Amino acid sequence: MIRISIFALLILAACGGAPKGENTSNDTSPDEIQSGFEFLTPETQALQTDAFANPGYLWVDRGDALFKTIEGVSQACVSCHQNGLPGIAATFPKVSASTGALLNLEGQINSCRTSHQDAPPFAYESQALLSLTAFVANQSSGVPLNVETSGQAADYVEQGRNYFYTRRGQFNLSCAQCHNESWGRKLRGDTISQGHGNGFPAYRLEWQKLGSLQRRLHDCDTGVRAQPLPYGSETYIAVELYLAARAAGLPMESPAVRR
Amino acid sequence: MASIRLSVPETASKGEVIELKALIQHPMESGYRRGPRGEEIARDIITQFECIYDGEVVFSAAYGPGISANPFVTFHTRATQSGTLLFKWTDQDGQTWSDTAELTVT
Repeated sequence: MIRISIFALLILAACGGAPKGENTSNDTSPDEIQSGFEFLTPETQALQTDAFANPGYLWVDRGDALFKTIEGVSQACVSCHQNGLPGIAATFPKVSASTGALLNLEGQINSCRTSHQDAPPFAYESQALLSLTAFVANQSSGVPLNVETSGQAADYVEQGRNYFYTRRGQFNLSCAQCHNESWGRKLRGDTISQGHGNGFPAYRLEWQKLGSLQRRLHDCDTGVRAQPLPYGSETYIAVELYLAARAAGLPMESPAVRR
Repeated sequence: MASIRLSVPETASKGEVIELKALIQHPMESGYRRGPRGEEIARDIITQFECIYDGEVVFSAAYGPGISANPFVTFHTRATQSGTLLFKWTDQDGQTWSDTAELTVT
């Protein structure tokens, strides 16, 4: 389905005014999608699959506690979401029905805080927001990514897609050049993955802590010596949406362990 | 608040060697790194880990700046009698975090 809708977008792009950025008429996405897990060493894979030793669960545990903590007026997350939020994270980012804005999981949690709990939003990449996001994302572990890409979301998918295919930074590289055209090849000691976000928020060994998908995008942009966008920017959320659409059907792994 | 994860068997037979695992959330900042603007990042590490089984220290470790963030330790002890296992971490400034687990010896 997703592939069809991307294809439909391609036809639209070819017929109508082609959006800015190069290579928008060619979809070079991998034919067979593979999780970043497949590109890890056996040791790192073992760390992820060990339900005790995976350090990401430190954040999940903390998120579990926060989920039950009363914040703001008189409500905890669990006051409304008594059965947790199984499978929900696999449908994010999504367009908010009330505001029409594109929200990722972090944005949805903060929106709940401000509108239902009358509590201040958490800062992006704060321990509290990461913990709650990890706890909610973990409840979708094993659930295939399944984001809405039609209707109001279609423009955002296109925006994310443009970012993915646009060359940037001193190295003049686009995301697609590594993650579509060169995955499986070596970048110094690392094997380049297909660039799917199904494991995020993930524990990266380089960070020695859990981090969001936007932090990963931030690092990729810095890696090609481009100016990264601020956390929570609409373009980054659109990239998250495009990545989720591109990885549709891939099971979620959060909290994954990545290099 | 530091998040702690413990793995302790609920029951063991007397004399059995049991495996214990403990994981704590901590940055273990070595003090040798610099931030994006070249500023020194102050050292912030756990220096001592202890496991106390029924009042007796059965395992302890001294941590230095080379230990990774969120240190994970696995060790073994012999189950002697039912009791409480206390896992305790102490940082460079004397701040402590601890958690307990009950072991029933049959």
